[in-house]
Amino acid sequence: MKRGDTFWGLLLLIMAVLPLVPGILASSFTQHVMILILLFAAMAQAWNILGGYCGQTSFGHSVFFGIGAYGAGMAVVTYHLAPWPGVILGALLAALVAMAISYPCFKLSGHYFAIATFAIVEIFNRLFMVWYWVGGALGLDYPLVDEGWRNFMWYEDKRFYYYGALILFTIVFGTVRWIESHRLGYYMRAVREGQEAAESLGVDSTRVKLAAIAISAFLTALCGAFFVQYNLRVDPSMVMSLDMSMKFVLITILGGLGTLAGPLMGAAVLIPLQEYSRALWGGLGGGVDLIVFGLLIVIVVVRQPKGIMGILNAISRRRHR
Amino acid sequence: MALLSVRNVSMAFGSLIANDDVTFDIDEGSIVGLIGPNGAGKTTLFNCISGICRPTAGTIHFDGVDITRSPASRTARLGAVRTFQVVHPLQEMTVTDNVMVGAFLRHRKPAAARAKANACIGLCRLEDFCDKRAGSLTIGTKKRLEVARALATGARLLMLDEAMAGLTSTEVRESVELITQLKEKGLTLLVVEHIMEAIMPIADKLVVLDGGKKIAEGPPDTIIRDERVVAAYLGTKFSQKMKSSVP
Amino acid sequence: MQVLLDGLMSGMLYALVAVGLGIIFGVMDVINFAHGEFLMVAMYVSYWMGFILRVDPLISMVAAGAFVFIVGALTYRLIIKYTIGKSAMSALLATFGLSMVLKNVCLNRFSPNFRLLSDTWLGGKTITLAGLILPVPQLVIGIVSMAVVGCVYLLMSRTRLGWAIQATAMDKEAAELMGIDTERIYLLVFGLGGACVGIAGGLLPSHLAVHPEVGTLFGLIAFVIVAMGGFGSISGTLLAALLIGLVEALAGFYIAPVFKYVAVFGLYLVVVLLRPKGLFGW
Repeated sequence: MKRGDTFWGLLLLIMAVLPLVPGILASSFTQHVMILILLFAAMAQAWNILGGYCGQTSFGHSVFFGIGAYGAGMAVVTYHLAPWPGVILGALLAALVAMAISYPCFKLSGHYFAIATFAIVEIFNRLFMVWYWVGGALGLDYPLVDEGWRNFMWYEDKRFYYYGALILFTIVFGTVRWIESHRLGYYMRAVREGQEAAESLGVDSTRVKLAAIAISAFLTALCGAFFVQYNLRVDPSMVMSLDMSMKFVLITILGGLGTLAGPLMGAAVLIPLQEYSRALWGGLGGGVDLIVFGLLIVIVVVRQPKGIMGILNAISRRRHR
Repeated sequence: MALLSVRNVSMAFGSLIANDDVTFDIDEGSIVGLIGPNGAGKTTLFNCISGICRPTAGTIHFDGVDITRSPASRTARLGAVRTFQVVHPLQEMTVTDNVMVGAFLRHRKPAAARAKANACIGLCRLEDFCDKRAGSLTIGTKKRLEVARALATGARLLMLDEAMAGLTSTEVRESVELITQLKEKGLTLLVVEHIMEAIMPIADKLVVLDGGKKIAEGPPDTIIRDERVVAAYLGTKFSQKMKSSVP
Repeated sequence: MQVLLDGLMSGMLYALVAVGLGIIFGVMDVINFAHGEFLMVAMYVSYWMGFILRVDPLISMVAAGAFVFIVGALTYRLIIKYTIGKSAMSALLATFGLSMVLKNVCLNRFSPNFRLLSDTWLGGKTITLAGLILPVPQLVIGIVSMAVVGCVYLLMSRTRLGWAIQATAMDKEAAELMGIDTERIYLLVFGLGGACVGIAGGLLPSHLAVHPEVGTLFGLIAFVIVAMGGFGSISGTLLAALLIGLVEALAGFYIAPVFKYVAVFGLYLVVVLLRPKGLFGW
């Protein structure tokens, strides 16, 4: 157990207890922000597996997010079931699609690969727009169902969603923590740092990349399923878009690529920025949060590519001198 | 049966013939030096053996297994591992993590891999650099890291590509000691080197390449006296000097 | 036949947009993710000049081109310069950040409303030739595009400046050793790339509505074109642009309008999986 694990354990404990303390998180809005932070942190962390640890920058993750969302959504809206079968199927499907699509793309280098990933998003986006079975451009709207864990639905009280998000967060971060300290994590980082060198040490880089993208897609799809349960509707422009894909990437970059805490840091900065500026300025200040976000990205990439974690590490190194 | 068996291997890049009908064997537990002038095809031969290129003709067998068309990762898994002339440290990872990547080949669990890695780090005298970023090391240390990493894979055949280039004379001496130690542990080594003072005393046999062809093969004392080798690579003055130091 | 013609004219427009991106990439290995937004900015310049000053896009395209030249040069000076040595993704991500800023500043200041110039010299007019309808705006844009692409090509291959640029593209250090001021070259090239897309953007308000999101799709298509043609090849970019224009028109007509871009992006994937470095890339 690393020293950092105690920190995470404590953090989880605090976050679990937060809603029970009167006053904090009292307002529905604060709870909403917390839920989004946890959700986006989980999403970014899932992306981080492929993009940060394995070094393969993909702009296509919104496809997996969308498959997960539609999986749960279809179960509830089209087949009138509880979302859970859809969640599982959606996640598995996302992993399969990920492996199938990415396998031929692995031979593409750098920029060609990146462009291929967003070509894929655009294709999926438009296909879903005209696909009748999934609701086309109008998407899926949730009907009223009974509240509770079976349907993963609550209409008044957000606290259960909060705990759901916390569980999701723990699953994703826990998985990454596990990978980080076991063979797969080392191999993924080796592929990132030097594929040829890794191969010379017996690492099958294709299998490693496939494993990375399958796990990444699976977890991303779980996040998509949570999203649709919370949002009560889904349509292609919401989930299968380049903008959504970029959120995964940019939150991780802002926080710190390839680190465990990075995605949480990035989400903790971006989400409040997004939600509070929307609340404060609403229609008038259209896009202010994105202007700030864009500037932050430029500054981070230019000055401190390692993101917030990079800044924190540099500070602690200077202190220990 | 020889551990590594290279038979009639040719490697052509378009009209450029880098390796031309090269044949030699390596016996288990021996140190074989691969020498020759720059451009002779030594690194290309390494690339063919280790699986980065596929030879255009010929066969290569490792411990009886045909590895001619085997991709690099499979060859490494079978036990033939190489280092690179231009070092490839995994920059952002620590020295320990770098070596662990190698160790994970035969040790699935992190604890066992770490133990193996620490052993190899000790062998290569890298203990002081354990937690340092691999990218921040000096060239000499990076070369030791390459060796430690390759060692950690549990290789039976270690192929070193100019592992001593750019090292100080102290570092060269330490490398020679290390190679001798490894041989004592039962490893087989194929070493490409230009530093004759280092390789001549320890090699069991030398294979000499020139212009893609093998021009000589034999124990060091024979090679020193071989006219073709002297003409193509060693030079008369040098070979006179070496004759006295080779047993 | 009409469809092919429409596609060809589309392709010529795409070529102009893409060639700017192409020379930036060819020379400094940078994908300018804000390229689509450069187009949008040029369109707004031209629109406001038309709306407030009553200047026609055909004239203001020069101003738009000059404006985006400056934007491009500033982008290089303030941002790109610092990403050159770093990872391949850093310029891409930094320019993505820039694109977010540009898009949302325009959104904030000009609102998301679609704005169309009502009285332009070219807009709404058509020429009929041999039974084919040639919309004048697209025709003129096509002609201007080919002229500009031709000029860029000539610049690169026939002038001393062009050779200096090519030298810098091939080997920056060697070029510096020969006395070429590579910093100025990079600045110029980024500006030039911006100017190309600026001219395109300047003309477009003749018949296209301007809004903050207008550049995004153009940008994506430009990346796909440059990648498909092969990073580093102007003729590749031109060929790919025409091809994409044709495919888009054909798919839109024979399959369904929504499949236009499925075909475009699908074509990219097919080409690049068969030839991982694009049609003419190196």
